[in-house]
Amino acid sequence: MNAPQALRPHYLEPLLKTPFHERARALSQLDSFVAWAGYTTVDVFTNVEQEYFAIRNAATLYDLTPMVKYRISGPEALAYLNRLVTRDVTKIRPGRVGYCVWSNDAGHLIDDGTIFCLSANEYRLCTAERQLDWLLDSAIGFDVQLEEVTEQIAALALQGPASCAVLRRLRIPEAAKLKPFEIGHFKVAEHALMVSRTGFTGDLGYELWMEPASALAVWDALMAAGGTRGIRAVGSQALNMARIEAGFVLPNMDFVSAESTLRTGRDRSPLELGLGWLVDFKKGHFTGRRALLREQQRGVARQLVGLDVEGNKPAHHALLYAGKSDNREVGNVTSATWSPTCKRNIALAMLEAPHFKTGSVVWADIYLNRELVWERRMARALVVERPFFAPERRRATPPADY
Amino acid sequence: MPASAPKSGYDVLIIGAGHNGLVCAAYLARAGRRVLVLEAASIVGGAAVTREFAPGFTVSACAHLLYQMPQTLYRELALERHGLSLIARQLPTLALARDRELLLLGGSAEASHQGLIGPDVAAYPDYLREMTRYAAALAPIFHRAPPRLGSGAFADQVALLRLGWQIRKLGRKSMRELLRIGGMNAYDLLQEHFTDPLLQGALGFDAVLGTNFGPRSPGSVLTLLCRLAAQSDAGEGVLMQPRGGLGSLTAALARAAGAAGAEIRTDAEVARILVAEDQASGVELASGEKLMAPIVVSNADPKNTFLKLLGTQHLDTGFVRRVHHLRSQGLAAKLHLALKGLPNFHGANAAALRGRLLLSPSLQHLERAFNSTKYGEYSTAPVMEITLPTLNDPTLAPPGAHVLSAIVQYVPHTLKNGWEGAREQCIASLVAALAEYAPDLPGLIQSAELLTPADLERQFRMHGGHWHHGELAFDQFYMVRPVPGAAQYATPLAGLFLCGAGSHPGGGVMGHAGRNAARAILAARKAA
Repeated sequence: MNAPQALRPHYLEPLLKTPFHERARALSQLDSFVAWAGYTTVDVFTNVEQEYFAIRNAATLYDLTPMVKYRISGPEALAYLNRLVTRDVTKIRPGRVGYCVWSNDAGHLIDDGTIFCLSANEYRLCTAERQLDWLLDSAIGFDVQLEEVTEQIAALALQGPASCAVLRRLRIPEAAKLKPFEIGHFKVAEHALMVSRTGFTGDLGYELWMEPASALAVWDALMAAGGTRGIRAVGSQALNMARIEAGFVLPNMDFVSAESTLRTGRDRSPLELGLGWLVDFKKGHFTGRRALLREQQRGVARQLVGLDVEGNKPAHHALLYAGKSDNREVGNVTSATWSPTCKRNIALAMLEAPHFKTGSVVWADIYLNRELVWERRMARALVVERPFFAPERRRATPPADY
Repeated sequence: MPASAPKSGYDVLIIGAGHNGLVCAAYLARAGRRVLVLEAASIVGGAAVTREFAPGFTVSACAHLLYQMPQTLYRELALERHGLSLIARQLPTLALARDRELLLLGGSAEASHQGLIGPDVAAYPDYLREMTRYAAALAPIFHRAPPRLGSGAFADQVALLRLGWQIRKLGRKSMRELLRIGGMNAYDLLQEHFTDPLLQGALGFDAVLGTNFGPRSPGSVLTLLCRLAAQSDAGEGVLMQPRGGLGSLTAALARAAGAAGAEIRTDAEVARILVAEDQASGVELASGEKLMAPIVVSNADPKNTFLKLLGTQHLDTGFVRRVHHLRSQGLAAKLHLALKGLPNFHGANAAALRGRLLLSPSLQHLERAFNSTKYGEYSTAPVMEITLPTLNDPTLAPPGAHVLSAIVQYVPHTLKNGWEGAREQCIASLVAALAEYAPDLPGLIQSAELLTPADLERQFRMHGGHWHHGELAFDQFYMVRPVPGAAQYATPLAGLFLCGAGSHPGGGVMGHAGRNAARAILAARKAA
């Protein structure tokens, strides 16, 4: 295992700037920046709704650089990853990407992320939170090298129905042939660009990976190429709306990493988060397998589900009750938004058994602040399947030239 | 058991024919299980073996006295019938001194003691009586698998209640005192009770023997209580020497196991534990031979068992992390001297020399000896537990000649500048330390052997060369020994069990771990 990167005087610069910062700063009208994994990134550029609609109707750039990236290589890299995550990594062939989660011994979720298979026994793992401690301890007994490469790679999400059109206008039409979760390597004005057809919007989109030195040139090329398609930079708030529509979970919103929970009973398993499809009990041993098998046999005590809430007031943080005047709490909302595309008031919620069954009805206790006066609404909420929004174009290959 | 596994005819494979492995084998065989014990060395015994270290001179190569094996075990396995002959019992402990009367301590409060001075004359029997009561209250926990906290199981709750009751039964005053001293260090405790540095040094030695502690280290009273608890179980015979050294004990255990139907194969080094369908399914020997059985029991230490023999790919990361963090760096070395004649120790008669000689003149000396190891050095003013086994058993050496066997604290596993070339220097410094108490000793030495913790690790396959397969300390004790998830002899892998000193109640030639493990295995099969 490699030693951590050279120590730097971090106290001089508590939050790092991404290689795209200069451009983001120039476009930011609200000066609304937030900290993300040690970087400062844009929460909102101009207006959340405008940015959201660009994700669903045009093309958008979102700075992904703070995503924590690990290079995992060595003769046992595959065996290592298969013991780390719950899904079968042998199925992620070279040139492919897979969404994955990993849990602790008790089968409780630590984090989710994506595994990029760059070549045989060379992988990149992207996570929202820093995981080096767990990754290093998981490496005990494996012939594998681990390296954090977050700062060595700049990353942009290019998302939206027109994203493929932007790549075509960037003169890399071959990128249009990429199937979902496929990786391609291209050159844009002499800058090497790795493109993966992945994203966090549930829509057609790509993620672009490059050297930090190429960052500004690639950004400018994308902006120029996307001018006629209404390309714009978006912040985390707009992305959050899109990801709720797509039904994706977010750490510290929909679950808290089992490595950082303090209270008992706050840990969540992949089965509880509705991610059972990512758990492969047949592939051999992985951390948490025995606990998850027991949980599966026993049946989950609660589950994360989608809710369709009546009315148009997002059920932020709402407690959920079994009946309108039944004060038995049966769960709570973890993420909520009005979905402009679906024209539905949607939410992700953790519900206790048996209320998580699709078609069940629960009641959301919604608090509204109306000119400094709090009002309360009991809104009927129907348990529905996720995702809320899944357009055909997200899978179509080659994508239409919107 | 997976239906596809080839049949080997064995129900249980035991890795390692140390005393715990043999005890476990004997009990399982007596319960009708078909047992095969696999031993990497050419003889059984593990770290309880007798072997020749110089032409004509033999010695107990690691442990050299017997004082912790419970009476029940001798009886149940009929060890005397199987050839064990305890030629010396109730051996005294002699604290070596140069310029004063020697201190000779008997095994119990009622035994006669010589050399106590001042207030210690009255204080020592009182102290010993009270400590023996505490030890007796703790001793029953050695006989059973530790309970699991939070399991909600009736048996676990009963076990905890029983321990609580054992302590409460001591009476209000004694219970409070036990709870007060339980987490203390030996230095403070002994300062409270005694005035004589020699007595303090001798008693403090027992708190740190075989550990990574100095007398001022927190928790060193716990190790002392554990030692006394095991001794209280061992009954009247405390401090015994079997004829032919400790190897004769394990030879008797092997015969007892054999008589019960267990088979033992020596020169059969296990290379790895085989797993099929998330269950232990057998072992592969270094020769490549595979032996299958639905239950595999490891008498190897936890680190070797999980990290080397099983492999981390079959275990969860959190569990591996705990095993990886187990403290198992040995600090005790073994010195063997072949002597042309009996050395004269200042003021000691031959009867006193038959027992255990302690070179630990004061707590300050003991703490200073410990200090050097923090910096990767061996102590040039060491402390030792010395025996002259040939006084009780002349067969160990040629006529007229003698063997000196000493456990030396503190000798680090990894020396700051490496062991290369340092061994002779270390032996010379140990001999010089002995010569201060027995000036004629250097002239009698025919041959010398030093087994550093690194040597012990190699010869006896103990990780870090730690005699107890892992430090005995609060965080590696009882319900969390060796680590949570493997503290009841069962491991996270179905069909794999531990039976060695790394498990409760820990190291020392005791046999409890092997006996408790056998019961856990039999109970698990019944439940399945």
